[in-house]
Amino acid sequence: MDTRRWIERFAELVAADADRLTRLDAAIGDGDHGANLNRGLKAAVEALGPDLPPGKVLMTAGRALVSKTGGASGPLYGGALRRAGKALGDAADVDAAALAAALRAALDAVQELGKAVEGDKTMVDALLPAVAAYETAAGDGPATAARAALNAAETGAEATVPLQARKGRASYLGPRSVGHLDPGAASTVLLFRALADAAAEE
Amino acid sequence: MKKLIGDVDDVVLDTLRGMAAAHPSLRVDLDQRIIVRADAPRTGKVGLVSGGGSGHEPLHGGFVGYGMLDAACPGEVFTSPVPDQILAATTAASGGAGVVHIVKNYTGDVLNFQMAAELAEDEDIEVVPVVIDDDVAVQDSTYTAGRRGTGATLFAEKAAGALAEAGGSLQDVAAVAREVNERTRSFGVALTACTVPAAGRPTFELGDDEIELGIGIHGEPGRERTRLRPAPEIVDVALSAIHEDMSLSGSEVLVLVNGMGGTPLMELYVAYAAVAEWLGGHGVTVARSLVGNYVTSLEMAGVMISVLRLTPRLTELWDAPVETPGLRWGR
Repeated sequence: MDTRRWIERFAELVAADADRLTRLDAAIGDGDHGANLNRGLKAAVEALGPDLPPGKVLMTAGRALVSKTGGASGPLYGGALRRAGKALGDAADVDAAALAAALRAALDAVQELGKAVEGDKTMVDALLPAVAAYETAAGDGPATAARAALNAAETGAEATVPLQARKGRASYLGPRSVGHLDPGAASTVLLFRALADAAAEE
Repeated sequence: MKKLIGDVDDVVLDTLRGMAAAHPSLRVDLDQRIIVRADAPRTGKVGLVSGGGSGHEPLHGGFVGYGMLDAACPGEVFTSPVPDQILAATTAASGGAGVVHIVKNYTGDVLNFQMAAELAEDEDIEVVPVVIDDDVAVQDSTYTAGRRGTGATLFAEKAAGALAEAGGSLQDVAAVAREVNERTRSFGVALTACTVPAAGRPTFELGDDEIELGIGIHGEPGRERTRLRPAPEIVDVALSAIHEDMSLSGSEVLVLVNGMGGTPLMELYVAYAAVAEWLGGHGVTVARSLVGNYVTSLEMAGVMISVLRLTPRLTELWDAPVETPGLRWGR
């Protein structure tokens, strides 16, 4: 699994969708999610030096996201990638089983930092089912597992629409947060679309 | 969008350039994006650092100076600063007696300040965070990210800054900031939304005859949308919400009638007249007051009312000399 391609693809997808993410955020947050994540991921791609092992790629990208993104998404996405990179260690090659463990570590990092559980209307609602789906399908190889994860992330994100937010800025709206797609869950779908694209290219 | 800006991506940087040019008493580091008192760090004095998204000026950079903050770190518009930046502010403020972080309760601010505090500990700087959460519009913290930090931030920065200036210890400076937070409640109302420059569109739409009750300071909508009403009725909604949460009867208070950025001072005084009357009618003595734009939300029209139940010591700390771009008296 080429983790560099994954991060580059994530940056491309977020750049293309930044306006939509920002619009989703304006509805129930403060309207900066697309711009922030776009800025952070640009910095993350620039920070990637040549010939880094896959784990180091994720750690470097994660550190850049923490340093450059701001908001909650910097520590959350940055912390997730750093923890995933740490789980991969110095291995030169990453198979589906290793990536499954890394994704689980990423989910743990997000939940430890943000304290969100499934159903709070956050990125966890897309991330948690995606990680579980990847683990289940890991035996079928990275491309199949990544596609399964993407499908689960999409379904999970869609399911945030009727929820009332209990974490993050959307929670201040109370019942008025119902009826909107959570922007963090939407960007998490892009993370898994990037993973599926990168895995399919191999 | 119609804004008096240059390159939209450089709004925060250009703001810092302007502050540096206008206030030679401050040291503005454009690379680190921090605003520091010219005489910081002062050996043996507890450092006081705050920061948050830009767009709330004069909060926080405008409160850097004698008797208040040692350093501030402004993030992008409505976006928390990043850990490296907070660490740079913390280091600049550190005179060896520890540093207090005043953090407004927003998920992003709390996470980034937490990471910065860990980095500071690695550099042997003791950091005590104080989280400000005075906004009564957010009701049930079990089902939300908790109450937001708003007007109490200004009060806490003033009181903690005065105590730090007087030689207070790290624990005492943090404790007085916490005490101010616990004794303050706020409620905000928006007459219009505001436009984040990079987004180019208002964060929400309000009709000509509509207002948002219970807003925060990031352009987010409030808890409830209702019809525009005369100022005394709006003030009644805000003060009733505050009074219901923390009884004001019989107390001496400091009141802030804070403009959100786009409301003329004239209207803020109209609101203040209603505030004074309401408080008088409920047996509350207004010992100190402040009217103006202090904790803003870009060009949002609206008002946020903050009430602090004073103690003799808190009154003294409020009255202590202060010399910053945003607050200045007694010196």
